[in-house]
Amino acid sequence: MRLIRSTIAILAIVSASASLAGEVGTVSYGAIFANKNCAWCHGPSLQGFATAPRLAGQKPQYLMIQLHSFRDHTRDNPLSQDYMWGAAANHLSYETARELAAYVASLDTKAANNGHRVLIAVGHTLYREGSPATNIPACVACHGPNAEGFGEIPRLGGLSYHYLKRRLGEWGEGYHLTAAAPMPEVASKLSPDEIDALASYLSFVN
Amino acid sequence: MTTGLRLRCSGHNAKREGQDVKFASLYLALPAAILVIVASAIGSAHEPGLSRQSTASGVRHHHGHRISRWHEAPAGVRTLQAKIQYCYDCHGSSGRGYRGYYPMPRLAGQTTEYLENQLKAFVSHAREPHIAVAVSKVHGLSPEMQAALAAHFQDLNPQPYGNAPRNLVDAGKKIYEEGVPEDNVPACSACHGPDAKGHGPIPRLAGQLYPYTAKALVNWSAERGRNPSDTAAVMQRVAQSLNRSQTEAVAAYLSYLD
Repeated sequence: MRLIRSTIAILAIVSASASLAGEVGTVSYGAIFANKNCAWCHGPSLQGFATAPRLAGQKPQYLMIQLHSFRDHTRDNPLSQDYMWGAAANHLSYETARELAAYVASLDTKAANNGHRVLIAVGHTLYREGSPATNIPACVACHGPNAEGFGEIPRLGGLSYHYLKRRLGEWGEGYHLTAAAPMPEVASKLSPDEIDALASYLSFVN
Repeated sequence: MTTGLRLRCSGHNAKREGQDVKFASLYLALPAAILVIVASAIGSAHEPGLSRQSTASGVRHHHGHRISRWHEAPAGVRTLQAKIQYCYDCHGSSGRGYRGYYPMPRLAGQTTEYLENQLKAFVSHAREPHIAVAVSKVHGLSPEMQAALAAHFQDLNPQPYGNAPRNLVDAGKKIYEEGVPEDNVPACSACHGPDAKGHGPIPRLAGQLYPYTAKALVNWSAERGRNPSDTAAVMQRVAQSLNRSQTEAVAAYLSYLD
């Protein structure tokens, strides 16, 4: 009996340590790269920090396009120029970038919840209907009912109010993304109050 | 040897021969630059100062650069142009269609009668797609604007959207041209035309987005079929008779048609 019990105990310990070794052995290159090169600014688990936006849970295709637009200098807003034009991630091979993007996209997210609560209703209406009288299209058509994004169209839900407000304003000031991006034309029609409302609403969307 | 103004490139110790040509062109560049600055100052003399007013009040931006003659266009033209751009924002440049979270259909080359019918149906809620977009509000247009927009889109001809599984195209072409006789499905070409360009109230399908066409057929009874005044009631039986793979094949074929 004692022999059987100790055999079972030994087997249990061995299998536990074997599975632990398997866990460590399967940490992805995307995770290693992100922790080494991105988390410093974008925060632990890439939840965002100060002016650096949350990357966690973002659409992988969108992430990859941003890396190229930083590398090619087509995304030219000031903070991108200062911090991202020289980023290590811009020069990854396609396969590695895809792995990184897939890892980042898989991370859990928390909504920033830092917009003006009183503007949520107005922002939500604007998001769903746009403003036909002033020719502002409904964001929901491209970005989805929960601001989840689609393909190369980014997820906006839960991003920081300050980040969204800045980006929406920047398009109105003439900054660019890639050649085909519709946002400069779309966002240039927004008034400051509308930007405030949208950024507020979106910061609470989970 | 150049005469007149000679400008030095700072930090360079350039050879004389090589620099002569550069200096000559710099000599021309300075007055040219002055002319450009004066001309643009005149052009923008009447511009309102703010950079973020809506297009309705006269300031027009294209990628952040002001279009200085915008304010000179008659108000009606500006209103229509602004509205056209608004349509493009979702429906793609030149109404080519755009695959956002929702597929926004191609409008380019559509028959005016079909477009106007749909715009009326959106406004009256007779056509009510099951999506989160406030479709009747987004398409809230006066009858005059509906007609003007329909006339604009009819003449456009951007590239078909494509972006569908290529391996389905042959099967789709066969269904489009011959129908599915064993299921009593007529050839689409019989009504939509051999080139899928439609006529009158029968819509153009050529170049239409693959997910849009597929979704329209699959959802027919739940969406389009609910509108009793829609002349497309004839499509109800067709949509129900086509199975999923036949629907997707036809949709794929159409997405590449010019």
